[in-house]
Amino acid sequence: MTYDEHTKVHPVTTGDSLPEVRPEITSTSQVMSGAEILLRSLEAEGVKIMFGHPGGAVIKVYDEMHRINPEFQHILVRHEQGGTHAAEGYAKATGKVGTVLVTSGPGATNTVTGIADAYMDSVPIVVFTGQVPTGLIGNDAFQECDAVGITRSITKHSYLVRDIKDLARTVKEAYHIARTGRPGPVLVDLPKDVLLAEAPFQYPETVNMRGYAVPEAVRPEKLQRAARMIAESKRPLLYVGGGAVSSDASDSLTELARYTGIPVTTTLHGLGAFPEEDPLSLRMLGMHGTWWANQAVQHCDLIIAVGARFDDRVTGKLDSWAPHAKVIHIEIDQSCISKNVFADCAILGNVKTVLERLRPLLDPKDTTEWLQQIDVWRQECPLQYQKDDKLRAQGVIEKLRDKTGGDAVVITDVGQHQMWSAQYFRFLYSRTHITSGGLGTMGFGMPAAMGAAFGMREIGSSRPVVCISGDGGFVMNAQEMSVAAAHKLPIKLAVINNRFLGMVRQWQELFHMERYSHTDLSDTNPDFVKLAEAHHCVGLRANTPEEARQIIDEAWEVTDRPVLMEFSVAKEEMVFPMVPAGAATGEMITDRMTPNSFV
Amino acid sequence: MTDTLILTPQQIIRKKAAGEPIQPDDSEMIQSHTIVVLVENSIGAFIRVINMFSARGFNIDSVTVGVTEDPTVSRMNIVTTGNSRIISQVLRQLSRLVDTIEVIDLTDTDYVERELCLLKVCYNRDSRSEILDVNEIFRGKVVDITSRTMTFELRGPSKKIEAFIDMMASHKILEVARSGRVAMQRDS
Ligand SMILES: Cc1ncc(C[n+]2csc(CCOP(=O)(O)OP(=O)(O)O)c2C)c(N)n1
Ligand SMILES: [Mg+2]
Repeated sequence: MTYDEHTKVHPVTTGDSLPEVRPEITSTSQVMSGAEILLRSLEAEGVKIMFGHPGGAVIKVYDEMHRINPEFQHILVRHEQGGTHAAEGYAKATGKVGTVLVTSGPGATNTVTGIADAYMDSVPIVVFTGQVPTGLIGNDAFQECDAVGITRSITKHSYLVRDIKDLARTVKEAYHIARTGRPGPVLVDLPKDVLLAEAPFQYPETVNMRGYAVPEAVRPEKLQRAARMIAESKRPLLYVGGGAVSSDASDSLTELARYTGIPVTTTLHGLGAFPEEDPLSLRMLGMHGTWWANQAVQHCDLIIAVGARFDDRVTGKLDSWAPHAKVIHIEIDQSCISKNVFADCAILGNVKTVLERLRPLLDPKDTTEWLQQIDVWRQECPLQYQKDDKLRAQGVIEKLRDKTGGDAVVITDVGQHQMWSAQYFRFLYSRTHITSGGLGTMGFGMPAAMGAAFGMREIGSSRPVVCISGDGGFVMNAQEMSVAAAHKLPIKLAVINNRFLGMVRQWQELFHMERYSHTDLSDTNPDFVKLAEAHHCVGLRANTPEEARQIIDEAWEVTDRPVLMEFSVAKEEMVFPMVPAGAATGEMITDRMTPNSFV
Repeated sequence: MTDTLILTPQQIIRKKAAGEPIQPDDSEMIQSHTIVVLVENSIGAFIRVINMFSARGFNIDSVTVGVTEDPTVSRMNIVTTGNSRIISQVLRQLSRLVDTIEVIDLTDTDYVERELCLLKVCYNRDSRSEILDVNEIFRGKVVDITSRTMTFELRGPSKKIEAFIDMMASHKILEVARSGRVAMQRDS
């Protein structure tokens, strides 16, 4: 097989084993409980905030927290799932690692959705779960569950700490693994006896994991090959994913695109990595991407994939995707390369580093003709919706865009409103669009927005945090509203109330003969204004475009707590254009004026 | 092999459409691969490797594990089948695990492989000598005998073990226990 210097795959080996190297230990040691070692380790790691919920297995940690008052903030969430999404929102908004602490059993299982979400979207979080004492593990003890086992396939790595001596090193490694390479969630399971035991505390300065290597050096011959391919191409296209955001490559990408004149399309997670108001931006591609971005994919002769993984929501039917294109794939995770789409030139490495090293090898290209062709497609089928006196979700999103000028962190939930946000918000900056893409977790938005708001407060940013949710998903984690209220976070919560599980309704309308099985929420939706008020937030409601404008203005006046804005919108609205699941990207449904005319 | 030969289905379809020749390596040629994985000597590391195979839908034909000359390292020998694209995915996914120290695909190298097999077969006066003849040819060992059954021990490459079992199949086999393949590169 291929020999790649970054991988551990070798066609030939000598039997030499590597000597075991243990990290060096710093500072003088002081005897303390495992619980305190955990807290001191987090301090040493530079953790500023933790989202948690106490219980029997971690009571000692909470006790020590009370006693020593560590240098970081603990936020008591009202559901552990909310805690994990908050940690994700924090991590995505700031680029730092999010931290979660929960108890054993149900505390641990409640984090599973958030961990899976972080795994799919490569979000760096560390989840500490309590565990029954080591002596009871396997006995079906009270609140025992095999947290490591349950989460094995949805974590980048996980640990069960059996010995207090390993605790500090494990914390160090967990943060290192979560943060580096392709980021992801790490779970650390902490048996109660380990937290109660006492040992000297020494936080290691370095990590030394012989099995864990992060690609560092970029192979120059690959860069030259890529540069050649770019020089030879007539219709190149940059296809940019979440990797460009997580490696903070936005500036390098923008410079490269503008210098060479290569147009840019982004995935859902790539939104914001390249300013969508730049003439080179084709906006989002894929299932609900723009007509012109998808046409560009189908006609380009070179795809430069930047931190993207050729997800099925992007490619649709693989064998007819980008039929004329050669592929350059810039990616940190070797397992993404040639997984779905063959890479003619794969460059393994940190996306930002690769782009910075590639740029000097490139010359400006004359892409005028190619851009003109794209403009034709742009005119052919613009993003549009019916503008009348009815309040429509797309209009709400445009109003939010107008209010903020694009300078806001927008968190969305999952459904139609998520796609409309992606289509109509026109993102300008990296890390200003946060959503659940890979797992598509309803209930992600509200707690993630809370985490992002804590993050913005921590880094001293005044960027407003706007959460756009559906009426279905919002209630799934609405409980965190009171937490956000208690911390006076001025989050703007927009609930797009179409009284339907809108996205499912759309599929039912399009593909299931309008059989709206169990998607009508009108009987079970709460009164959102009262819901907000019950959680110590401000609640506002709008039924018309004019009211919408008014309540947005009103909401921006509130600075000491979250404001929920309920927008009562038309239920029939659909997200267009659309490539039906499994269809070829060329086969887009674009009809939007007569949404009910085709079945 | 270079990575340009590892083709996705989409690439194959494109090549076909363009009328380009498709190498046997490109297409769905399924081949058995012997992969050595050195992992941290912990049960968690072992499970992660196995779990990766099941979570991603890869085959495992056999797997063995045991500690190496370094007591902190376990060596897993995994036999899996797939086309070159799948195998390259297997190798990449294996390398990506935090606890894997080294991943070596022995398939296209010069290596020795051995497997151990215990086989219990019924015999009677008519079949006894024929069974023993087969054993003789394969250089197996009789490790247990009763008035009704004989148990053989056979060592060798997996192919030999399979041939032995095939030959014995005409008699009444009661039990077969195979160790799975262990393999090692020849010193060059
Ligand atoms: C936890 C979870 N359950 C179910 C789904 C499937 N699903 C995807 S979108 C959707 C509808 C969401 O409805 P709503 O929150 O009202 O948003 P809308 O589509 O109406 O904007 C559902 C049920 C999901 N993504 N996540
Ligand atoms: Mg809805």
